[in-house]
Amino acid sequence: MSDSGPESDLRIGSPWPRRLLVSHGVLVYLFLYLPIAVLVVFSFNAARQTAVWTGFTLDWYRRLLRDGVLLGAVRNSLEVAAVTTVVATVLGTLAAFALGTLGRSPAGFRGQRATQALLMLPVVIPEIVLGAALVTFFGVSHLRLSLATVIIAHVVFSISYVAIVVRARLAGLDPALEEAARDLGAGAFDTFRRVTLPLLLPGVVASALLVFTLSIDDYVITSFVAGVGATTLPLHIYSMLKVGVTPEVNAVSTLLLAVTVVLIVAAQRLLQEDRRTT
Amino acid sequence: MLEPGAYGGGAVKTKGVKALLLPTWAVLGVFFLAPLVLMLAVSFRERGAYGGLRAMTDLTAYVRSGAWFANYVRSANPIYLSIAWRSLWMAVLTTVLCLLISYPVAWWIAVRAPRRWKNLLLGLVVVPFWTSFLIRTYAWMFILRGEGLLNAALLGTGVIHRPLELLYTPFAVMIGLVYGELPFMILPLYASLEKLDRTLLEAASDLGAGGAAVFRRVTVPLTLPGIVAGVVLVFIPSLGQFVVSDLLGGAKSMLLGNLIQNQFAVARNQPFGAALAFELTAAVLLLLLAYALYMKKKGEEVLL
Repeated sequence: MSDSGPESDLRIGSPWPRRLLVSHGVLVYLFLYLPIAVLVVFSFNAARQTAVWTGFTLDWYRRLLRDGVLLGAVRNSLEVAAVTTVVATVLGTLAAFALGTLGRSPAGFRGQRATQALLMLPVVIPEIVLGAALVTFFGVSHLRLSLATVIIAHVVFSISYVAIVVRARLAGLDPALEEAARDLGAGAFDTFRRVTLPLLLPGVVASALLVFTLSIDDYVITSFVAGVGATTLPLHIYSMLKVGVTPEVNAVSTLLLAVTVVLIVAAQRLLQEDRRTT
Repeated sequence: MLEPGAYGGGAVKTKGVKALLLPTWAVLGVFFLAPLVLMLAVSFRERGAYGGLRAMTDLTAYVRSGAWFANYVRSANPIYLSIAWRSLWMAVLTTVLCLLISYPVAWWIAVRAPRRWKNLLLGLVVVPFWTSFLIRTYAWMFILRGEGLLNAALLGTGVIHRPLELLYTPFAVMIGLVYGELPFMILPLYASLEKLDRTLLEAASDLGAGGAAVFRRVTVPLTLPGIVAGVVLVFIPSLGQFVVSDLLGGAKSMLLGNLIQNQFAVARNQPFGAALAFELTAAVLLLLLAYALYMKKKGEEVLL
């Protein structure tokens, strides 16, 4: 932020008149949220086939609860997301800690750039490439596609997100705190456990929440590596969509949205808390 | 502040910290790097009679016959080239539209919006950034289909008398792509506009530059790293996209992503799918390399 003070004229450098800017902004937010709002509203619509509101109902939600296949998919998704979150959060946090600590020396360390590239690639490479590469790999190494292969795939793309979020939190820490712990006689492990980790915790928890969200939402990569009987919720939703648009799809989408939005908002809160305290 | 080596107290402890990278290297080495290399290797093979790979007995003869390059030759077939061309076009158009739509919004959030709204406005962009792409695409299916909301509204108000064909068109795919990728453009633009030193704009203005000139000659050049980051973050996923085109597009909207996915899921031609995926990977890596070099020149951090 510039500190040009309150007298600074905000209009300077803006090629857009204020009114145009605000109305454009409002339109973009409507564009982002209206489709989702519509989807949610119509999950409570009584009519089966039309997009005309005929009355409020919870029928579609009740039906979901009786859908055994769907519940199975939910169970699979939760299992995958839980294991992925634990593994990716631990690995990503350790990697971020090592990168942050070793990167503090001006010269960096051997393999620093390779490690950074390795952590960046799974995020930026198109998902379809990761899916294609993994299914080829599982095929050649005769690993039967199952929930385990889904978990492996999810861990691969999740580690990077954890590393990025935790690394950012680490960069905001004051090295003097760790130094002080050392001076007071704490060993490397104790310093990490009792000083660094508690300070990193908001970032670690936030990244865990985000990984859980990413995992439970993933369709593209999962569609490549999920075997028979390893249908996750997004895969199930996709097959429902292919059959036809029904209010049940709206209902299950609404539930998934609700869960993930809660997780994301919680993660955001933690990360903003971060910014305020450091 | 900190002497080199003071942290961790020398080589021995640095080695200990370095060991913390090992699990990540092991997992990503085995399940990310190795699969990519393997995919490249498989792209040189032939498809077996029942899917899988055709047995290869004599490597020299195989190489000499040119069969190893057959998948790549096949990918240059006009049918596939036209699909690749369409994907490229769609990705470029998506990127341009996202940029044009996002820049004023990012400017609004970063510069003009009241301070107490800033976090909320930013949070409202971040939420779709993380929520299910699949569901967000489905929302448009729900709106655009024949008996969907838009048609119902237009019919109901008497604007049209028979439903418009909106779904399963390139138009629908374009909306879906822009809708899906928009947050990925707004966020990096916001980040660079937030850092923008406004005194420079004032200086330019004091020296007599008009609003448009300040924007073109000061603001845009200064926020170029954010623009480039947004372009990369939107362009790459659009290029490999297949969910949007599968759900919102018709038979004529097939994109590179659909073609690749099809080789693995339907045609059971892994070698050809691998060759296509590798071509996509190579294009993406070149783009990323150019991006990394650009950011390095600008002295900006590249993500990590």
